[in-house]
Order: sequence, then structure tokens, then C-alpha cells
Amino acid sequence: MEHLNNKQKILITAALIIGLFILLLVLEQFLPSSSMLFVVLKKGAIYALVVVSMNLLNGFTGLFSLGQAGFMLIGAYTYAIFTIPVEARPMVYQYFNGGIVKFTLPVIPAIILAGIVTAIFAYLIGLPVLRLKSDYLAIATLGFAEIIRAFFQWDKLGPITNGSNLLKLYPVFHSVIFPFTVAGICIAIIVLLINSSYGRAFKAIRDDEIAAEAMGINLAHHKQISFTISSFFAGIGGALLAMFQTTVQASAFRATMTYEILLIVVIGGIGSVTGSCLASFLFIACSEWWLRFLDNTTYIGSFKVPLLATGFRKVFFAVVIMIIVLFYNRGIMGTNEFSLDALIEFFRKRFSKRRKEDSAT
Amino acid sequence: MAFIEKNLPYILAGISVGGQYALIAIGYTMVYGILRLINFAHGDLFMAAGFMMVYLSATLPLYIAIPLVIILTVILGFLIERVAYKPLRKAPRMSVMISAIGVSYFIQNSAWYITSGLAKQYPTIPVISNSINVWGSTTTVVTVITPILTIILVAALVALIRYTKIGMAMRAVSRDFETSQLMGIRINTVISYTFVIGSFLAAVGSLLYFTNYTTVTPTAGSMPGLKAFVAAVFGGIGSIPGAVLGAFIIGICENIIKGLGWTTFYDAFTFALLIIILIAKPSGLFGEKSTDKV
Amino acid sequence: MKKALAVSLILSLLIMVFAGCSTPGGKSDNVIKIGVYEPASGDNGAGGKQETLGIEFANKVVDTIELDGKTYKIELEIVDNESSNDKGPSAAATLVSKKVSVVIGSYGSSVSIAASDVFKQAGIPVIGASCTNPQVTLGNTHYFRICYLDPFQGTVLANFAVDKFGAKKAYILTKLGDDYSVGLGNYFKEAFTKLGGSVVEESFAEGNSDFIAYLTTAVNNDVDVIFAPTSTEAASLIISQAISQGIDIPLLAGDTWDSSVILDAAKGSQQEIFVSTFFDEGDDSALGSKFVTDFKAWLNANPDKLNNNGGNDIVAAVSALGYDAYMTALEAIKAAGSPDPKKINEALWNVKYTGVTGDIAFDENGDAIRNVAFIKQANTADATWKFEAIQSVK
Repeated sequence: MEHLNNKQKILITAALIIGLFILLLVLEQFLPSSSMLFVVLKKGAIYALVVVSMNLLNGFTGLFSLGQAGFMLIGAYTYAIFTIPVEARPMVYQYFNGGIVKFTLPVIPAIILAGIVTAIFAYLIGLPVLRLKSDYLAIATLGFAEIIRAFFQWDKLGPITNGSNLLKLYPVFHSVIFPFTVAGICIAIIVLLINSSYGRAFKAIRDDEIAAEAMGINLAHHKQISFTISSFFAGIGGALLAMFQTTVQASAFRATMTYEILLIVVIGGIGSVTGSCLASFLFIACSEWWLRFLDNTTYIGSFKVPLLATGFRKVFFAVVIMIIVLFYNRGIMGTNEFSLDALIEFFRKRFSKRRKEDSAT
Repeated sequence: MAFIEKNLPYILAGISVGGQYALIAIGYTMVYGILRLINFAHGDLFMAAGFMMVYLSATLPLYIAIPLVIILTVILGFLIERVAYKPLRKAPRMSVMISAIGVSYFIQNSAWYITSGLAKQYPTIPVISNSINVWGSTTTVVTVITPILTIILVAALVALIRYTKIGMAMRAVSRDFETSQLMGIRINTVISYTFVIGSFLAAVGSLLYFTNYTTVTPTAGSMPGLKAFVAAVFGGIGSIPGAVLGAFIIGICENIIKGLGWTTFYDAFTFALLIIILIAKPSGLFGEKSTDKV
Repeated sequence: MKKALAVSLILSLLIMVFAGCSTPGGKSDNVIKIGVYEPASGDNGAGGKQETLGIEFANKVVDTIELDGKTYKIELEIVDNESSNDKGPSAAATLVSKKVSVVIGSYGSSVSIAASDVFKQAGIPVIGASCTNPQVTLGNTHYFRICYLDPFQGTVLANFAVDKFGAKKAYILTKLGDDYSVGLGNYFKEAFTKLGGSVVEESFAEGNSDFIAYLTTAVNNDVDVIFAPTSTEAASLIISQAISQGIDIPLLAGDTWDSSVILDAAKGSQQEIFVSTFFDEGDDSALGSKFVTDFKAWLNANPDKLNNNGGNDIVAAVSALGYDAYMTALEAIKAAGSPDPKKINEALWNVKYTGVTGDIAFDENGDAIRNVAFIKQANTADATWKFEAIQSVK
């Protein structure tokens, strides 16, 4: 058996995924629901989706866009606006007489709608913006994100968006399974897209626009597709984030959020889906859980550990990120994917070596 | 007359904030002109200068603290270039920009750590913090000084670029990076000079800005920074008079918009202006025609 | 090489996940944990720190509790919610994972609302010390609060504006996306228009530092008072710019402005500043004056605590509320007779306690029944607060 054939590969992948879900179910049964592990898993899954969708744009199509937070905001708001139960609306829209949306959508259609609305906005924004190149595109998308944020805080839109106030009381998830399923399906679709002829066209654009155009790839069309699809998934990510946070507010979706997502993309490797997923979980776990001790003044006996104080966690993070950017600019995975073949190859080498030694004796 | 009296404060505030944006914008436009890099950390350098002043003036008299702040800011700007941008000179533009975002993240978080996230009160600088009366409306001296000082500094800078050797080298490098290298211009020196000048102006801008708006926070630099960048693009990136004019226009428009009661949109307006100019006239008001923007 | 690095990273990730699972905080038998969910940084950092100081001081005064003849030690678990609605819930989750019995907090209504559901799902009761927005406790059974509410505070301030200045027109400046600010502004507007006044409303966004245009609009509209319920960070900007622009309209604000930050900003000027608050340092009741003297002594004995209080020993109302919230929590634990959050939650409904800020008992929403507010004026000559009036709603 030289390599696994396709059928086997699919089977093994499916088995791994099922295994993962069973593991999650088991964990949920046996661990107290208050464990930080679940917070990390939920938020990690959501970030994985958002990061992968940004990677589709920045890593696979070579469009340096910084509008991610704005698109997540649209998704989060769309979801929240359409799912707040009718009886809870007077309480949420307390300054706007209960708002003007007087119906409620079920959760799944609302999530899909969140993606669609975001995609429509993205399509419209993409029309003028995608003509710009590299850093100009970056600053223009960043600008659009800020405009979107101001727009959603506008008092006159209050009956729809509740002005600048919190949206809340919409349905949320409690189990880890939900974000894993939704994010998993979305990431799978993105992977399929990347491996399709569209994906190859995206990569061609990334590597050399002129060459790609010469080969007959319609640049404007493909950039628009990549931008819209990426935003669609950013919107869904935003909806999931709204569910995770249980409340949502426009002022949270600042440029800092985009920077953070971009830095996760870099950590994972620009142009690697598995790298992005891995980096998301690592980043969230570190920032929410493992490195929290850096923020607390700690005493070992009577010795005060130096430097530890509020905010040290963030400085530590920033240093690590700078080191990655400067010295390991390929991130964890570079443009490689974490694949079964590579893993099997890795183990087979070890085994075959031992087998040889065995037969030699 | 009553109309002018009523609306003069908006215009005065706009001119003064415009002058402060202008001093930051020059740093952006010069760095972009030479390295083709949006130095995202420039706004944070401006904020760092504010915090240095807060801490230094607590122990030192102002006549020592002010020059020291300017020197330290210049050193910080120089170090940022050496540590974060120089190693990436050959890397794709996107990597350098990510590095710039990383530096910005680092400076903001460090400031957050040092101050534990609390706002700090900026020291009162005598004379320029005082109130004076301009045509019937009260304002601070710094409001009046800012545009004058800005114009003097810009004139000096333009003279420097036009008549000195290093200025000539800067022009050469911004025209053609590789050829000027072949002509024996030491490119790293030129880039360092650019950052030194940019940081110096940012430090001066920070002194003026925070004398007017007396609270320094770790995120205080990001908005003025972005706006100054928009001003640089608006005026035509690479052009110093363009950046200054753009900054004044943005500062004044912003305050007029606030005066009209559209307070939710004054930040958004700046970005809308950016997008319009990028689409309609990417080379900005004074920019040279160039093909690598669109 | 790269591949090995990747694999080892994945392995370390997995190991840490499982290591994390197997360390459920070794909860010893005789410790009860009280969570402190307060901002120590960001917009409301200064106020949050003062509230935390009150709680820490209370913990210093009473740090054990006797239940069924067994003595429990009370430990505080302090987290920083960064005054941010998106960072708050994860800070709250940290508290939940540390298995606290009851939580106190937060300064700032927005973060309290944002984290409310996290505590609700975990079944942990929360006692808000100074979050005044009605939405904090409305529609849930786990959130309590010991201070007055914004509809009350807004009405008090509107009454005061009319009584003191005969105000006909008010300028209201609120911060976008801040429930406290928007809510209080709104209640002030309602009460003020009911009294026959008219208002001009404007709002500013996060990160804005230029208030000159806003103040000019206020002047151009010939208003009698400026009402600016904002965080202290924005407040110091507003005050210093009002001074530099020579604006002689009195500034009015709610409880957040009861802070030494305001006094520092206004020092040496002619600006008139009035705030409504929960507690006055000059309180001459036996409980109140004892708290003030002891608290000051404690602050002065601990330099870093004094630093957290803003470098002086002026007693902020939120410190007093923090102290009372802690004591109320103890009463509830005593009444429940157990460190179980569910039992404490039930017991809280019937807790009655006389604290330094007055009598505390909860109504059907979980709000303390309060009917007076203190109005104080900033004494700009020597940077202290001057007691102005006790105001209640007619």
C-alpha cells in the first residue's frame, strides 16, 4: 500500500470527524459545564470559521482586505434582529417602541440570512473597492468597516438596529456541538471551493495577476466572487459570535478585531486552512485561559513574581506575534495543509525503520 | 456677525485639529513615498509620545521633559523601522504591512500594560494651555499656535527636502528605489532619516494635540492616525503640501459635521472621503500620476 | 523541521487541553469564594477600581463566616472585565469556572447586562453595586442590585435642574452604545420635558476626544444646563474643554462623575459641576462615619490601594456601595446556610441589611428600594466635594 486511495481517505476523514464529535459529546457529559475548556472550544470554533474566511481572501486570492469586523457586524446584527422573540422586543427596543420588525425567524434560516445579507453588502462594496490594489484596498475596506459601524449606530435606524444599544434575548446555543457543526460545514464548503476550478483561479490571481489574466481568468469576476463568498462566511461567523456572546453591540466590532483576526491568519500560515483552524484554537485558548495567570500579581512564597500585572498577557502576546511575523513569517503551517498522507508517512517512516531493525536481528 | 460668532468655535477647533493631523500625516506620506508602506504604527507612536510626556513631566521640569519626549519619540520611531521593517525589505508588501499592524498592536498593548488601561491626564504646559479671546469666542492659545507652527515646520521641511543633500537623496529614493541604490545612495540612511523626521513631527503634533484634548489613553492614537493617513491619501500620497492641505480640510469638515448635528457620522465621513477620492482620483489632489495604485 | 514543529504544537495543544480538564480548581472544604466582576482598565477602570477597593476593604473587615458551627474563610476572586461588552462575558466565564458562590459587580451597566446570561446559565446570583440601568435586573431572577435606578436618578437630576437653576432648556450629551449613558440621558429627558423644559440631544462615539464642537452647539442653543452622563474618561475631557472655552453653563451628571478624576479636571477653574450620588463622605450617621474613618485609615496604610483610589483618600460612593454589596452577600450566605449558589439566590430575596449607604431590601425585580439621592458640587478651589442637597422624587 503506497498511498491511500481517495475512498479510503474520505472514510478516514469521516471517521475522524465522527470521532471528534463523539469526543465532544463525551466531554460535555463528564466535565462540568463551567469548565473554561468549553468557552475555548466554542469561541475557537467561531474564530476558526472567521479566520478561514479571511484566509480565503488574503491567503488564497491575495486580496488584502481589512473589512472583516464590519462584515461580522452585519452578520451578527442580521441574526439578532430577526431572531429576537416578538414578546421580548418591547424590552430590547425600549427606546424605539419595540422596533419595526414584528416577526421572528427560526435559528438556522436566520443564520443563513445573516450570511446572505452580509454577502449582498460585500458585493456592493466590492464593486468600487476591488479595483484598488494591495494597501489601498486594505485601507478602503478598513474605511468601509468603520462606515458600517457608524451606520448601525445611527439613531434614525433605531427601530431596526436599536441604535447604539445592545441587542439581546435572542436564541443562543449552549452545547459545543452547535458551533462545531455550523463552523465545520462552512469550512468544509470553503475547502471544497478552494479545491475547485475557482480555487485554482484564485491562487493563480494571488501568484501573478497578469499571468492569470493572460490565461483567461476574468480578474474582476473572480475577485468579486472571492470577496462575496468570504464575506458570506464572515457574516455567519458574526452570527455565531453574537450567539456566543449572548448580547451584541456595534461598538465591539472595531478595527482591532480585524487586526486580531489577521494576526491569527498569520500565525496559522497565510494560505493554509488547517493552519488557520489550529491557530484560532491556540490563540483563543491562550488569551482566554492558559495565559490569564500573566494578568494576576502572583506570589511564590513571599517573592513577588516580577512583571505580572493587568495587561501583561497582551504584551506577551504582542511579542510572540512580532516574533512570528519577523522570523517565522510562514506561520505554523505555511501554505501546507495538515493531511492524512503526511501523518501516515511520518509514522510509517518510524515503523519501517523499526521493522528493518527487527528483520535485521 | 452673530453667525460668525456662533460658528467660529467650530472652525477654530477644525483648524487646530487639522494642523495636528497635518503633523502626523507628513510622517505617513514621507514613509509611503519611500517605502510604499502604510506605517500603521505611526498613530501609536503619537500616542506613545503622549504617555512619555505624562510620565516624564511627573518628575522632570517641563523645559527638560519636552525636548526629552521629542528625542525619545524619535529614537522609538527609528527603532521601529530598524527592528520591524528593515528585516523585511525584500519581503512582499503585505508582510511589511502585517508587521506594521503587529507593531501597532505591540505599542498599544504595552501602553495598556504600563498604565493598566487607565486614562492619564496630560500635564498643563504654561502659556499654550491658557485661554484667549479670538473675535468674541474663547479658546486656548494652542488652537491659534497650531496652524502657525504647522506651516513653519512644513516650510522648513520643504526647504530641507529641496536644498539639502539628504533631501535630494529622499526625492531620488522615492522616485526610484532600485536605481538610486545603484547610484550609491545609502538607502537605509535615507529611510532612517525619513522615520526620524516623521517621528519628530508626530512628537510635536502630540504635544499640541494633547494640550487641547488632555486625556491620553492607549487607543488615543489610532483614530488620529487613521485620519492623518486619509489626509495623506486625500492630498496625494508622497506630497507634503498635499498632506497638510488634506489634513486641514478633514479637520474642518469634521467639526462642521459635528456642528450640523450629524455626530454619529463624523468618523465615517473621513472614510467616505477616502473611498471617494480613491475611486475618483486615486492620485489625490497633488499626487503624481502613478500606475501602481489601481 | 517545519512539519515536526507543527506536529509537536498539535500534540502540546492536545496535552494542554487534557491537562486543563483534569485541574478543576481544588476547592477546599472551608473556603467560600466571592467573585468580583469589575473593570480595572478601560473607560470605567478608575471607578471599577474604587468599587473593588470597597469590596476588598469589606473582605478585610469580615473574612470568615460561620455556617452550622463550621468556620469558612471567604476569598475574593477578582477579574477585570476591561469595561468592554465583548471581553466581559469571558471574564465572567473565568469566575464561573473558579466556582464562586456569588458575584459582585459591575461598575457600568453595559458590562453587567452583557455578562448577565453567563451567570444565569451557571445559576450564580449576582449583586450589582452601582449599575443603575433598569435592564440589568429586569426579566431575570439572578441579578440583584443595591443602588437606586436610572429612572429615579434621571428624575432627581431633572428636578434639581429645575429647582436650582430654573432651567428651561437642557443639553444632553450621551455616549453611543453605553447603556448607562443612553438610558440615564433618556430618563432625564422624560422627566425634564414633563416639567415643561425642552432638550437638545447629541451623542459621541467611543474614542472621541474633541468635545469643543458639542459644547459650542450647547452654547449656541442657549441652554441652561448641560447634562452629560458619561464615563470619567470622557468627563475629564468635557470639563477641561469647557473650561478652556470659557463656558459658564453648569454641568450636571450622574453617579459616575462622583470621582476624584472630576475634581482633578475642574481644579482651579470656575466651572460649576453637580453630581447625584449614593453616599456622601460627610455622612454623620454612626455607621457611615465609622466606615469613612476606617476606610481612609486602610487606604493610607496601603500605598498601592491609595494609588488605586486615584492617589488620594477621598471616599467614593462606589467604594461604600462595594462594601455594602459584600456585606449583603454575606447576609445572604448566612441566610442560605450554605455556599450553594442556588440557595444563596433564593435567600437573597429576603435579605434585609442596614449598610453604610442606608437600608437595603429587594423588591420583586431584585432592586434595592431606595428613595433618596445625594447631590454634591465640585469645590474647584480645593478639589473636594461639597454637599449640596438630599433630593428625592416628589
